[in-house]
Amino acid sequence: MSAPLLVAEGLHRSFGETVALVDAALRIDEGEVVAVLGSSGSGKSTLLHCLAGIVRPDRGRVVFDGRDLVTMSDAQRSALRREQFGFVFQFGQLVPELTCLENVALPLRLARVPRREAEQRAGQWLERLEVTEVADKRPGEVSGGQGQRVAVARALVTRPRVIFADEPTGALDSLNGERVMRLLTEAARDSGAAVVLVTHEARVAAYSDREVVVRDGRTRNLEVAA
Amino acid sequence: MSIGQTFLGLLEATPRHGYDIKRRYDEHFGHSRPVAYGQVYATLSRLLRGGLVEVEAVEPGEGPDRKRYAITEAGVADVAQWLARPEQPEPYLQSVLYTKVVLALLTGREAAELLDVQRAEHLRLMRELTRRKRGGDLAEQLICDHALFHLEADLRWLELTTARLDELAARVRA
Ligand SMILES: Nc1ncnc2c1ncn2[C@@H]1O[C@H](COP(=O)(O)OP(=O)(O)OP(=O)(O)O)[C@@H](O)[C@H]1O
Ligand SMILES: [Mg+2]
Repeated sequence: MSAPLLVAEGLHRSFGETVALVDAALRIDEGEVVAVLGSSGSGKSTLLHCLAGIVRPDRGRVVFDGRDLVTMSDAQRSALRREQFGFVFQFGQLVPELTCLENVALPLRLARVPRREAEQRAGQWLERLEVTEVADKRPGEVSGGQGQRVAVARALVTRPRVIFADEPTGALDSLNGERVMRLLTEAARDSGAAVVLVTHEARVAAYSDREVVVRDGRTRNLEVAA
Repeated sequence: MSIGQTFLGLLEATPRHGYDIKRRYDEHFGHSRPVAYGQVYATLSRLLRGGLVEVEAVEPGEGPDRKRYAITEAGVADVAQWLARPEQPEPYLQSVLYTKVVLALLTGREAAELLDVQRAEHLRLMRELTRRKRGGDLAEQLICDHALFHLEADLRWLELTTARLDELAARVRA
C-alpha cells in the first residue's frame, strides 16, 4: 500500500472550555473523495481546518506528503496551502471587486503567472465548470450556483493535490447543489486532486468514495465490507 | 406499477402490435426490468376480456404478433381515471429500524453502533445510485433521484434518532 497523501492522527483541539476534537483521525489517498459527516457542532469544520493547516491542533499530527504541518513554520504552512491545497466554502470566498474570470485567475497571479496566461487558464476552468457566461461579471451579479462553480474553478486552477470543501452546496437548492457536486468531483478526478468534503447532506456525501463520521469531536471510520 | 393501465396509455396515441407495446414500455419504463413477452400477452388478453382494448387488425400468418390492438372508449376512460386518482402516499410507519433500536437499548447492546452501520449501508446504496445517475439519461436520473430522496429521508431519521438516543434509552428502560 502506498503512503497516504494526507494523514491526521490523535488530533485534539479545544476552544476555551469547548472541546472540538478528541483523538480525531483521518487519512486520504491521492485522488480520493472523502466525505466528513456529522451533526452541527460535532467538529467537522475544525477537523477540516486542522487538516488544511488553518487551525493548529493542541495535540496530534497532520502529515501531508511526508511533511508534518503542525511543526512547520507559519510561512511554510501558508506556502503549502497556496501551492498544494484548494478551498471551497459555503459563502463569501470570491473577491467582490474582481470579475469572475479575474477571481479564478487570482491564485495564479499570486503565484506570479503572467496575466494573459493566468486568464487563459482561468477561462479553461470556467469552461470546465460550465460557467463561461459569467466570466466578465462580478460575484454580486451571478447566482449562488454559478458563484459556487466559479469558486470550484478557482480552487482547482492551481492544480492542487487536495481540495478542502466545507458545505460547498450548503446555500444551494438540490438541483444546483448536485450540479456543483458533479462538476467538483469530476474535475477533481480528472486533475487527480483528492477532496475532503464536509457536509451534513447525505445526497452530497453520496458523491464521495468513502465517509468519516464525526461525533462529539471523535471520528468514526466505518468501513463496510463490500 | 399498474402494467394494464400503462399499456392502455401507450395504446391511446395509436394502435400497436404486442412487440411494439413491449418496445415502448421497455424504452420508457423498463429501466431496471424489461417486461417479459409472456406478461405482455397475458396483460393484453386481460384488457381484451375487459373490453378495454380490441383487436383492430389481424395479419395473415402464425403467432401472437399478428394482432394489432387498439384502445376502446372504455379503455380511454380507464386510463384517464387512473391518472386522475392520486396514489396512496406510503405511510412508512412500520419501521424495522425503530424496533431494532429499541431492542438494542432494552438488551444493553450498542444502539449507536447499529445506527452507524445502517447509515453506512444507506450511503453505500446512495453512492451506487449517484453513479448510475451520472451515467444515465434524464429518465434514469429522475428514477434514481426518487430513490435517493427516500434514502435521504431515512438517513435524516437515523441522525435524529442518534441524537435522541439517550432520551429514548431512558424511556424504554424506565
Ligand atoms: N473559533 C472558535 N472559537 C470558539 N469555539 C469554536 C471555534 N470554532 C469551533 N468552535 C466550537 O467547536 C465545536 C465544533 O465546531 P465546528 O465548527 O468544528 O463544528 P461543525 O461540525 O463544523 O458544525 P456545523 O455543521 O454547524 O458547521 C463547536 O462547539 C463550536 O462552537
Ligand atoms: Mg462547520
